[in-house]
Amino acid sequence: MKFYFFHLMPYQAIDPDYLETNKSSWINLPNSYYDPKEGAKLYHRYLDELEMAETLGFDGVCVNEHHQTAYGMMPSPNVLAGALSRRLKKASIGVIGRALPIVENPLVIAEEFAMIDNLMEGRFIAGFVRGIGCEYHASMTNPGFSHERFREAHDLIVRAWSEPGPFEFYGKHYHFQYVNIWPRPYQSPRPPIWIPSQGSTETVEFAAHPDRKYTYIITFSPVASVRKNLKAYRDQCEVYGYECPPGQLGWAMPAYVAETDEIAQKEAAPHIESLFNKFIASPTQYKLPPGYSSLSSYKAVVEGKYKVRQSYLDCDTLIDNGMFLCGSAETVVAKLEEYQKEMGFGNIAPMLQFGTLPQELTEKNLQLFSEGVIPKLKHLGVGSEAIAAE
Amino acid sequence: MTEHSSERIAIAGCGIEVLKGGDGPALVFLHGAGGAHNWMPYMDRLSEHYSVTIPSHPGWGRSDTPDWLDGMGDLAYFYLDFLNTLEADKVHLVGNSLGGWLALEICVRSTAKIETLTLVSAAGIHVDGVPKGDIFLWDDDERVYNTYFDHKLAKARLAKQPSEEDADIALKNHFSTAKMAWHPRFYNPELQKWLHRIDIPSLILWGDSDKVFPPAYGEAMQKLIPGSELKIIPQCGHLPQQEKLDEFISGVTAHTNGAAS
Repeated sequence: MKFYFFHLMPYQAIDPDYLETNKSSWINLPNSYYDPKEGAKLYHRYLDELEMAETLGFDGVCVNEHHQTAYGMMPSPNVLAGALSRRLKKASIGVIGRALPIVENPLVIAEEFAMIDNLMEGRFIAGFVRGIGCEYHASMTNPGFSHERFREAHDLIVRAWSEPGPFEFYGKHYHFQYVNIWPRPYQSPRPPIWIPSQGSTETVEFAAHPDRKYTYIITFSPVASVRKNLKAYRDQCEVYGYECPPGQLGWAMPAYVAETDEIAQKEAAPHIESLFNKFIASPTQYKLPPGYSSLSSYKAVVEGKYKVRQSYLDCDTLIDNGMFLCGSAETVVAKLEEYQKEMGFGNIAPMLQFGTLPQELTEKNLQLFSEGVIPKLKHLGVGSEAIAAE
Repeated sequence: MTEHSSERIAIAGCGIEVLKGGDGPALVFLHGAGGAHNWMPYMDRLSEHYSVTIPSHPGWGRSDTPDWLDGMGDLAYFYLDFLNTLEADKVHLVGNSLGGWLALEICVRSTAKIETLTLVSAAGIHVDGVPKGDIFLWDDDERVYNTYFDHKLAKARLAKQPSEEDADIALKNHFSTAKMAWHPRFYNPELQKWLHRIDIPSLILWGDSDKVFPPAYGEAMQKLIPGSELKIIPQCGHLPQQEKLDEFISGVTAHTNGAAS
């Protein structure tokens, strides 16, 4: 099993009462709440935490992209990957991921990812997502074209990496006379690709396809959905006529380890609750702009998941439904061991900083996770190399 | 209630539903984001004066959602074909909100089949420094409250439980509205360069309390369309044909009668 410390970089210096006068942490939460002096300190602290993960034995670190939000300070994750690339000597960097449909020129992503891959001498993982609904309000990208643009931008980027340039690319949304990126990626023919998802049939069929074999990462989901979605992916691989190796499956979840279960819960509770009830908070129409999903899945989501999420999620509930892994090292190891045997994943991307979790507790969490969890589970998920492109 | 009928016709591989009623000069009403698949009082009143045709746009109501529907230009060409299928040589064209924008897109291409144009709180242009409402960021209640001047009307509408079909159609309409109008938000930057091509009598009706497109949009539109007339309706929100039905009907009939004399 491989371990990647996944940082969301929340703007935790925010006035804790901001939701009393605002509907959401996203899109139109006034940026007067952002204090650059506090923000600068947080950037350096978070980068220190990511660098610390390498010295503690993590296989890699992950960052991601969100816009116009206190939830995460990474509108451009590539800037942070660039900063990390000169410091990390063994660990790899995953940008999981960039939201492809919301850019007008996807070749910029192909170029920047190729640059990071060169700087990292091949220790780079490229993540592709559609971006959550809020990004479509922030970027004004039409959500009705989200799926089309994702597929087309994906095809363009992968071809730009793996086919000799220059060549022409004429799609519905993107049109290029000369596709000819410099630099080419360090890895040949391209970096491994991860697809973070909350589980849609379309994404499973796309990612598992024998031409792609992309690593499928379930994020922010109760353990029941993780189980269901990873099984759907393994089943899809079988439909395609191959067995899914552990390295092609992963799970990203907030996690907290302390001396005992009680201490862990006590220390983590206010901070995990700030993540799920404040930083993630936004009304349905912010998260699900019309056309982002099909009419039928829109109805299903609105009636199901979001109804549940509207109630306050406390720490106990989050632990019980498996959205949050929390406890002593023994507890966390036992849970992950059981889940791994059942679900067959070979990658774990724990978010060991979340919400308002302060530096001291984040560092303690990193330390205890690396000492108590990683060594016990390393041997599981044999064949956990990210699938190299053929 | 006036007798009315529902028909299905197909153009460019797309089947649409068309509501028809009344006798008199031909009038085509182009609905806005909310659609027009149910016969409404304003249709009834129009059909006392006109032979009224109310199509549900491709992507709205019980009409098909064709693969080719990517933007307002597609709808404009569709309706140029649609107008050619009508028996009347010329029609009075009325468009509300997104339907007003559509009427503008049609008219800058050709007014050959159009006798007069009436725009009702029409989308389609941008006015610097006058913020519009954001129907995509408002929740369901806010959307209704911001549509009407009179909160009692909004309350009454929210109190009505929609049928399952109506709820599904409302969602479908909202999705299609986003596809047409998400970006640029409810306008076509090219359009205002060509509004001077509209060479037919044009009336612009606007609620003085429209929170979706404030009346400054009507004023700007009036300046861009040669010879057009602007009538501001007091104590009225975004849907004059619902909120101020008498003023809407008298505005339209005076305009089309004036054009005939």
